[in-house]
Amino acid sequence: MEKLKYERPVIKKMNAGLMNKFGTRTEYEPVTHIEGVSVKSLIKQYGSPLFVLSEKQIRRNYQSASRIFKTRYPKVQFAWSYKTNYMNAVCRIFHQEGSWAEVVSGFEYEKALGNGVPGNKIIFNGPDKSDDQLVAAARNNSLIHIDHFDELYSLIRLSELNNLKPRVAIRVNMDTGIYPKWDRFGFNFENGQAWNAITRIINSENLDLVGLHCHIGTFMLSPAAYAVAAGKLCELTWSIKEKFNKVIQYIDLGGGFPSTNTLKGAYLPGTDTVPSIDQFADAITDVILGYGFKQEDLPLLILETGRALIDDAGYLLGSVLATKRLSDGRRATILDFGVNSLFTAFWYDHKVSPAQAFGQHTEEMVLYGPLCMNIDIVRESITMPLLEKGNHLVVHKVGAYNMTQWMQFITLRPNIVLIDNDNNTHVIRKAETLEYLELNEQVPAHLSLNPLK
Amino acid sequence: MKLKKNIATSAEGFIFNPGTGDSFSTNPIGAEIISLLKEEKTPPMIIDTICAKYDIDPIQFERDLDDFKSQLVDSNILD
Repeated sequence: MEKLKYERPVIKKMNAGLMNKFGTRTEYEPVTHIEGVSVKSLIKQYGSPLFVLSEKQIRRNYQSASRIFKTRYPKVQFAWSYKTNYMNAVCRIFHQEGSWAEVVSGFEYEKALGNGVPGNKIIFNGPDKSDDQLVAAARNNSLIHIDHFDELYSLIRLSELNNLKPRVAIRVNMDTGIYPKWDRFGFNFENGQAWNAITRIINSENLDLVGLHCHIGTFMLSPAAYAVAAGKLCELTWSIKEKFNKVIQYIDLGGGFPSTNTLKGAYLPGTDTVPSIDQFADAITDVILGYGFKQEDLPLLILETGRALIDDAGYLLGSVLATKRLSDGRRATILDFGVNSLFTAFWYDHKVSPAQAFGQHTEEMVLYGPLCMNIDIVRESITMPLLEKGNHLVVHKVGAYNMTQWMQFITLRPNIVLIDNDNNTHVIRKAETLEYLELNEQVPAHLSLNPLK
Repeated sequence: MKLKKNIATSAEGFIFNPGTGDSFSTNPIGAEIISLLKEEKTPPMIIDTICAKYDIDPIQFERDLDDFKSQLVDSNILD
């Protein structure tokens, strides 16, 4: 006789009283496939844990955002934010779709060139650009976004020295009515610093001011803040035309659009609270179109959207290593990935689904990672089916920042697999090995003998 | 591992402790273990019975039974 399916015994106290409308949602629904590829086969072939990216979803996200902006405004250009996910395969998908590159360091700049992006389609942001990098970017005709006066004067000096005339923009920080106010990047609008920088650039014969840039925050939940930012950049654009008879070619509103992840401490899930890209597009384009520019003077609108275009295209697959009970009776489930791989577990209550079917019985649990560190918590409280050692899980919306901010700490970083448009799988970054990890280490001669032999 | 005498149970997994007024629910395997406990079966007998019926190896089930016992202790159901 065939034996019956087993489920771990569990007992749950029944509580009478008012329902908690903010109670945790139970993740019963198994996610057995990603883009038609079974989770089980992915783990069998590429190991656990495993990052998985969907090319289809990346392209869907890009095309949708692009359509939303282009149906509202005539001149729109997206620039892929390399820091959000700079796997070359990912960057190339965005470049194929028409995205320029937005980089914030020398090595990201090199990566963009390596991915075939022409120099004049690379936006070089960030506060740290060496003299050599500035000269190289100027020679490549890249768009250099100046962050501070030291950089501005360096660039003037380097341009004179090398007989160059780089295309530049300034980064403007401002009060957009949100807290915290991001004022550490660029030149302040309200205190006149931005106007001083603009004046200095225009008076310099060696710099060509072509744009204005701002980056007002990250995971922004207020479209109105973008309307304020767009208004202030339009004001500067208008004043530059009035005072210097110079047309600013583009306004770059940076990044910051949120994904539908749920921020820690939020009462309601991100899917219910995060504004849509349409709302951001309405807020931004209404202001620019209504500002009064002549048709031929309308600036190109550049967007450096990262997270909103890739977060939901990324999954982290993992396995249960063990389950145990904590001193207060709660269930603890230990997974084979922790905050070292899933860095965004510090920010979000990630949606986690079982990858196989279970009964309807559930329990509240803490999801821990495998690190020997008390802070290694993937979810502080989640209601899930009765997980057992060897079960697989799927963490959703992990495409942004994890594959760049992950830490090589205690465990080695896993494979990243891309599922292409035809549902074929490709490793786009191999799992790390000890050999890879020690590649750049050197042991001084006096430490080469083993003292314990 | 002995159930308190006054604990009321049902085959569907509903448990009521009249001493405290607490009620509990368990899954089918939990209900089956409780019914075996009511018949005063010992842990080795429970392991034999469950492992003969369900697709689980005895070592894993022994661990789960220990864990279930600690849940019953926490729930104030065992003597």
